Amino acid sequence: MSVLGLVFSNPELYGSTLAMATPLALGALGGTFSERTGVVNIAMEGIMLVGAFFGVMAAASSHSAWVGLLAGVVAGGLISLALAWPAVRLQSDQVILGMAINLFAAGLTAFLLNTVYGFGGTPISTPQLPQLTIPILNNIPFLGAVLGQQNVVVYLMILLVIIGHFFLFHTNLGLRMRAVGEHPEAADTVGINVVRIRYFGVLIGGMMSGLAGVYLSIGMLNSFEVNMTDGRGYIALAAMIFGKWTPFGSLGAALLFGFATAVSFSLQNYGVSANLIGILPYALTIVALTGVIGRSKAPAADGLPYEPSK
Amino acid sequence: MSKRMQNLMLPLLAVITGLILGGIIMWISGYKPINAYIALFQGAFGNPVFIANTIAGAIPLILTSLGIAIAFRTGLFNIGAEGQYWIGAMVGTWIGYNFPHLPWYIHIPFALIGAMLAGGIWGGLIPGLAKAFVGAHEVITTMMMSYIAILIGHFMLERGPMMAPGYNPQSPLVSPTATLPTLISNSNLSAGIFIAIAAIIVVYLVLFHTTFGYRLRTVGYNPMAAKYAGMNVPLFTIYSLGLSGVLAGLGGAVQIMGVDHQLTDTFSSGYGYTAIVVSLLARNNPIAIFFASVFFSALSTGSQVMQINSGVSPNMTDVITGVIIFFVATDKLYSYFRGRFRRTAKAQSEQKGVSLS
Repeated sequence: MSVLGLVFSNPELYGSTLAMATPLALGALGGTFSERTGVVNIAMEGIMLVGAFFGVMAAASSHSAWVGLLAGVVAGGLISLALAWPAVRLQSDQVILGMAINLFAAGLTAFLLNTVYGFGGTPISTPQLPQLTIPILNNIPFLGAVLGQQNVVVYLMILLVIIGHFFLFHTNLGLRMRAVGEHPEAADTVGINVVRIRYFGVLIGGMMSGLAGVYLSIGMLNSFEVNMTDGRGYIALAAMIFGKWTPFGSLGAALLFGFATAVSFSLQNYGVSANLIGILPYALTIVALTGVIGRSKAPAADGLPYEPSK
Repeated sequence: MSKRMQNLMLPLLAVITGLILGGIIMWISGYKPINAYIALFQGAFGNPVFIANTIAGAIPLILTSLGIAIAFRTGLFNIGAEGQYWIGAMVGTWIGYNFPHLPWYIHIPFALIGAMLAGGIWGGLIPGLAKAFVGAHEVITTMMMSYIAILIGHFMLERGPMMAPGYNPQSPLVSPTATLPTLISNSNLSAGIFIAIAAIIVVYLVLFHTTFGYRLRTVGYNPMAAKYAGMNVPLFTIYSLGLSGVLAGLGGAVQIMGVDHQLTDTFSSGYGYTAIVVSLLARNNPIAIFFASVFFSALSTGSQVMQINSGVSPNMTDVITGVIIFFVATDKLYSYFRGRFRRTAKAQSEQKGVSLS
């Protein structure tokens, strides 16, 4: 069999695709929740870092990975309020706020890592979130190797994408969120509380990005490193756009980008540059935005501040 | 407050708030913030070489943020200056080491112009065309183009066509004929400072004293009015993003030719993002950009001494910078609290009125 055949027929490639796609899909889903209510969120990178750091910190001090997960999600939600409050109350520029959060989070987590743990890094004894083995699925050939044994957050991600889709497109609150993102004036007129809905969207989004960070620090590993998100927040942003601001679209785009990363790891031994393959998500996003393959369009009021009339 | 006072006061308040909050975080973590800030100041301005290094660090910031300011003035957010800066550095390096037989007075302009063109095409052509013709938002397109540029840079150096012989991801050194002379020995300050100052003057004159600049600003201020006045809005969108990329590309080349002399994998530590902060803080005023650039460069050069003298991690400056941008973005905060204060004061006086009657 050719080299490519060997690489592509190996189920491990698809298993690691799913693992790589998980933080991207969670970040993209978080971004979708925020932007569907009309608040542009480029802060996924920073929120993930905060979730990752506080996840490790809580897990290490409580000796429980679950406490770490909870702490990371809460920390992600809290930092996202630094986007929500000025965006909703002060009509501040959401892109600039997102930048501020990204810089602040990168600085703060690096500073805290250094201050709390010193040069040794986070404790080696930090617990890790468990790998699950799905009983029947695990025994199916090929599929079992892909889906049967993954980190608990991977399954959580799949669940959240399904719930997220149902929530956004089949519930009353989801409809209201989309209405606020498309036409806040109209939503306001029919009695929807624009301010509260936007807070809700950003907060839920922040918690999901926090979970993405938790997965990076105590799901894939059991430690925190400076800037460990390594641009995944921006790839998540790309996945959200490429997925047309929908949960399933986000997952699909995340899987595609995760696949590209997994392939580039597999092909590295054969002299294919990971840097060149890494260009794919960004190039595809530009293609999606310029409409070569079905144009991707943001919610109409995305990024526009709304001042409720008194 | 007059508009002019506001333009001065609000950024100043943001800086002060940033420094205070940074101090509080240091204090909570068990450091002595006053000592840390004294060390920071000494590290930035403590002796002539430190001052020269601080000014040297401001050069790429000045050039890149001038470009971002032009885009902002046209109502466009060029968030991808980091990549345009990389592209400029890449082209500047390539021209710099490939033509060692050219005389310096041809080689230097050749490298600079090449870098400017490349940056302009990267920033202007693709995001500009995408914005002008299909309305693709420039925040996303410039950001994506930026990541592509940086990945191309890494590709070039990691066993790619620009890698110097050996095992390190770095390019060959640029030839002496493409090197900007150092002004103060043992420092990083090169003749690039003259390029930066010239750029400030040119951008100021173009923006405020030419019809072209007037049109750029009109498009930014009110695109509908500009359209009805017969201006070609898509064309000015491309011009503006293009010029933005030209200046970022120039910044990258000047940094290579004046300081680094070769491209490495760790070439930029986020200058393109700091430059956005500079433009925001300077409210897109070319002259204020000079001072804001020196300030952020001082934070960065001073943080090294701060670490040695008081043990505070240099990442603290990122925290401070993040807080500063946050407060620049939330400029309504002050009027918000003033409004609140007035409301409570009014409510209190009303209550008093009730109790008196």
